[in-house]
Amino acid sequence: MKMLNGKWMLLGALGTLAVTTATAQAGQLTVISWGGAYTTSQVEAYQKPWMAKSGNTIVSADYNGGLAEVKAQVQSGNVTWDVVDVETSEGVSGCNDGLFEKIDASKLPKGDNGASPLDDFVPGAITDCAISTIAYANIFGYDSTKFAGDKPTKVADFFDLKKFPGKRGMKKEAKVNLEMALMADGVAAADVYKVLATKEGVDRAFKKLETIKGSIVWWEAGAQPPQLLASGEVTMTTAYNGRLFTPAVTENKPFVIVWDGQQQVFDTWAIPKGSKNKDLALDFIAFSTGTKPLADQARYIPYGPARKSSAPLVGKFKDDKTDMAPHMPTNPENMKNAIVQDVKFWADHYDELNERFVSWIGK
Amino acid sequence: MLSMTNIPDQKSLSRQLAVAERRNKIKAFVLVVPLLLFVLASFVLPIASLVWLGGYNDTFSKALPETTRLLQQWDAKSPISEELAASFVTELRAAKLKDAAVPTRVATVINREQAGSLSKIKQVLTASDMASPFKEHLIALNDEWAKPDIWHAMKIVAPSFTPRFYLQALDHRITADGTIVSETDDNAIQILLFSRTLMVAAIVTLLCAILGFPIAYIMAHAETKTSNMMLIVVLLPFWTSLLVRTTAWIALLQQNGVINDLLVRIGLIDNDHRLVMMYNMFATLVAMTHVLLPFMILPLFSVMKSIKGNLTRAALSLGATPWTAFWKVYFPQTIPGLGAGCLLVFILAVGYYITPALVGGQSGQLISNIIAFHMQKTLNWSLASAIGTLLLIGVLLLYWLYNRLVGIDKMKLA
Amino acid sequence: MSDGFVRFENIQKTYDGKSLVVKSLNLSIGRGEFLTMLGPSGSGKTTTLMMLAGFESATGGEIYLDGIKINNIPPHKRGLGMVFQNYALFPHMTIAENVAFPLKVRGVSKADAEDKVRKALDMVQMSGLQSRKPAQLSGGQQQRIALARALVFEPKLLLMDEPLGALDKQLREHMQYEIKHLHDRLGITVVYVTHDQSEALTMSDRIAVFDDGRIQQLATPDELYEKPENSFVAQFIGENNKLRGVVKEISNGRARVEIGGNTIIDALPIQAEIGKPTIVSVRPERVEIEPSASEVTASGRIEEIIYLGDHIRIRMTVLGSSNFVVKVRNRSGRRTFTAGEEVRIGWALQDCRALDV
Repeated sequence: MKMLNGKWMLLGALGTLAVTTATAQAGQLTVISWGGAYTTSQVEAYQKPWMAKSGNTIVSADYNGGLAEVKAQVQSGNVTWDVVDVETSEGVSGCNDGLFEKIDASKLPKGDNGASPLDDFVPGAITDCAISTIAYANIFGYDSTKFAGDKPTKVADFFDLKKFPGKRGMKKEAKVNLEMALMADGVAAADVYKVLATKEGVDRAFKKLETIKGSIVWWEAGAQPPQLLASGEVTMTTAYNGRLFTPAVTENKPFVIVWDGQQQVFDTWAIPKGSKNKDLALDFIAFSTGTKPLADQARYIPYGPARKSSAPLVGKFKDDKTDMAPHMPTNPENMKNAIVQDVKFWADHYDELNERFVSWIGK
Repeated sequence: MLSMTNIPDQKSLSRQLAVAERRNKIKAFVLVVPLLLFVLASFVLPIASLVWLGGYNDTFSKALPETTRLLQQWDAKSPISEELAASFVTELRAAKLKDAAVPTRVATVINREQAGSLSKIKQVLTASDMASPFKEHLIALNDEWAKPDIWHAMKIVAPSFTPRFYLQALDHRITADGTIVSETDDNAIQILLFSRTLMVAAIVTLLCAILGFPIAYIMAHAETKTSNMMLIVVLLPFWTSLLVRTTAWIALLQQNGVINDLLVRIGLIDNDHRLVMMYNMFATLVAMTHVLLPFMILPLFSVMKSIKGNLTRAALSLGATPWTAFWKVYFPQTIPGLGAGCLLVFILAVGYYITPALVGGQSGQLISNIIAFHMQKTLNWSLASAIGTLLLIGVLLLYWLYNRLVGIDKMKLA
Repeated sequence: MSDGFVRFENIQKTYDGKSLVVKSLNLSIGRGEFLTMLGPSGSGKTTTLMMLAGFESATGGEIYLDGIKINNIPPHKRGLGMVFQNYALFPHMTIAENVAFPLKVRGVSKADAEDKVRKALDMVQMSGLQSRKPAQLSGGQQQRIALARALVFEPKLLLMDEPLGALDKQLREHMQYEIKHLHDRLGITVVYVTHDQSEALTMSDRIAVFDDGRIQQLATPDELYEKPENSFVAQFIGENNKLRGVVKEISNGRARVEIGGNTIIDALPIQAEIGKPTIVSVRPERVEIEPSASEVTASGRIEEIIYLGDHIRIRMTVLGSSNFVVKVRNRSGRRTFTAGEEVRIGWALQDCRALDV
């Protein structure tokens, strides 16, 4: 190969050197998130203002969740990701596995109202290695054109194939589904994790899931549920609330969200251990989890800011017509029967319950 | 060859020959060194580490060496000794001082055997007053420490060399006292998935052979222009990404998809009884057959191209019916290509998981999905490696079988 | 001459619907005859053979075998033995299995088949190789096996499509004699296709010379060589001197042909019309140098002399043609020649034929 002769290799090395020097001066951060409207909201609310303020650049890339890539990077010692958007539970398990840098939350900036960061973040939003940005909700939604008479209103309706026929979309994971099954089976929101910690509770959850097993279409990526609804392949599906909101508002799709039994989960920033731009990454996280950027993000996607001080600043959707408040998981109307995902419970039981879930799903 | 009897000093001759050939050998070796290194780095080492990772995990024993020793002495029946409790607590807390991630990593490993251990061990790490007597202190912290369960879990995960991942990959568990028991029905899945994977792969191979044979035949016997055109069409799927092809099948097969719409419109089925062709075994087989068909057609095509055209004519002229001429004369010539195609398709099908996961619904759960699941979600790479190794052994066994039945030297690729 | 065991009547063949590869062919082959179809590639000879075998269908006309029209009979029911150019032995079968194949498909019992296979292999002197695979044999051996396989079921007719084309020269000549002897011994009807004229001359009872989709001449080897009916045949079979001229007069079985503007020579008027151009054809070995008495004479200059052992090949310029070749037998006491020498040459009238252009 001609490209590989000495002269070219030297040129390539010089080029790399030039790039390295350039980053040393200006600063370049690799930020990984989930893609779609969600990443767009982060780019608009966090990344662009931060780049403008600090003069650094951000390379934004998508992934599909999971800690496999982070683990591979940390174990090989070649860490190329600087900031990763992970769910809190993964933030915690990754922290346990030594995959993320510790973050001292007390050093984050105060809220715009002067509240100290530890008070300003809602409970559960701060963990050892991961700082939350927003809370999203695992909800279920339906296509309103598919049901002529009564419409689904309760989480139990999702499991009622007689009254609301059609296939159901569900995420291929134990988390969320087991809690949902228990709530549909009549377990009060406050008791869900207590019940799920017992063998009987787990059996009860799987029994409930079994009643609709034949009608379930499993999804894995957040973009799939709106597609499944739109194509008519399912009549009801679980989803992240923002994923159904966007097509409903911007494309007038007949998607309706049922908030009963919603499960809130935090999305967090974490820094893979050994990141070469750790200080820059910390600076970006401190900036983006400030009061204003968090509130700004709600302009693009209906996810609740993790800081209390951001809530009053949430206004309208980017179309400047739709009021965002009713669409937020944290809206009191939507919180009547809701749980916050128990990160500690899942850290203890993730392997056990998933093993059973995977075995159940495969049979 | 030199004749041995005619050359009196054949020893010196052979030495001369060796010297003469040595330089050539060195030259040849130097030329293949990069390739050898590449094969070593990209093939031998990963597979070796796969096999190794499935049977070796020193997370526990490296962080808690003394505790490991004491656990191995413990008979798993008598109550645990103060010595063991003391060693566990002090080693765990000492490890935390060196690297905070180590004790939680250990806890994660234990937690896989005994759910709930993680939070209890974290309590131990953060408790302020852990001193002698350690056993009492542990129980005061959480009465679960008085039960043998968590200690049993530790005894199981303590040894660095362990069969437990391989056992788990075969739906078995090892208990603290070293007996091997089968997995509960609720959790047993691997063997089912292994057999489902092999079955799906076998059916897909058969479908590819049935569909690919006539296509390859037409291609091999068409004019060059037509056969080139067909070759491009056959290779076309390679030019689009796997996800695009899979998504195309979803668009075609789903209940409101193209095929159902068409059938409804021409009145073959009515609107309320649309065919369910998606998220089931049918979709898995269709999509996988489509994706893998070129791997059957190409070796068949190349072999058929090389079959002399007049063999079939010769058979006909000798009085064979067209069927006999095909079956007794033409078909045996295609076996090297058919064998290569089947082996290729089968091995690829065994490792396939993205397509079945997307279109197959529940029946699309194959063994590779479990491997990916443990790689990406639970981060239990040891178990993933163990399953992967077993899959590899399975494929090698089939390869061996193929070699015995057909003969690998007869295999011809494109 | 022929009892019409095989008959082609007005056979036509076109592949593309525009041009005819075989043009209105009529041919009758007698029982026990060895007939060779000879011609350059593309002349239609192989297509004709394939129509007889049943692998190609005639687009016009009828083919009869033993009085039965066979146009619509599929090849495997025609009961013909056929030997192909590249032997076409089945590579996955042993020699015995190959030879037994036509017996097996005919349901011959195993014991009978074994007996016949042995006899067939004996016939081609190939016994003892039963358990070998074709790839382990030489080309000549393979061809014998192919022959044994085509004959083992005692077909009414044996077709051979350039069977010796892939062999080296010596082996080819040897095999020619063997095939001829086999034919004499078995008395089977053979239709043989080749583009090699010496092969055709060696083996055939009659030869059909093909060109441009037509039979140019159908005759015994000696007649074909000595009495070619047109310049294509004269040219294709053996070596030939061509003298171009114009026919001035035809009388008493003689054509007077003006060559080079002022010389007139006599020739047999085979295809000659007064006032039309013609080619006068003379075989090199029929030309005598310094003849004692010849019916036709001319003079020429020696250009080149080539010593070939059994004969001397002399190229000369005769009547304006510089490619006139004379073969002189190399007998003791023959005259010596030098280049540039002017000599007188002559030949008999019957060896000199005025043909078409």
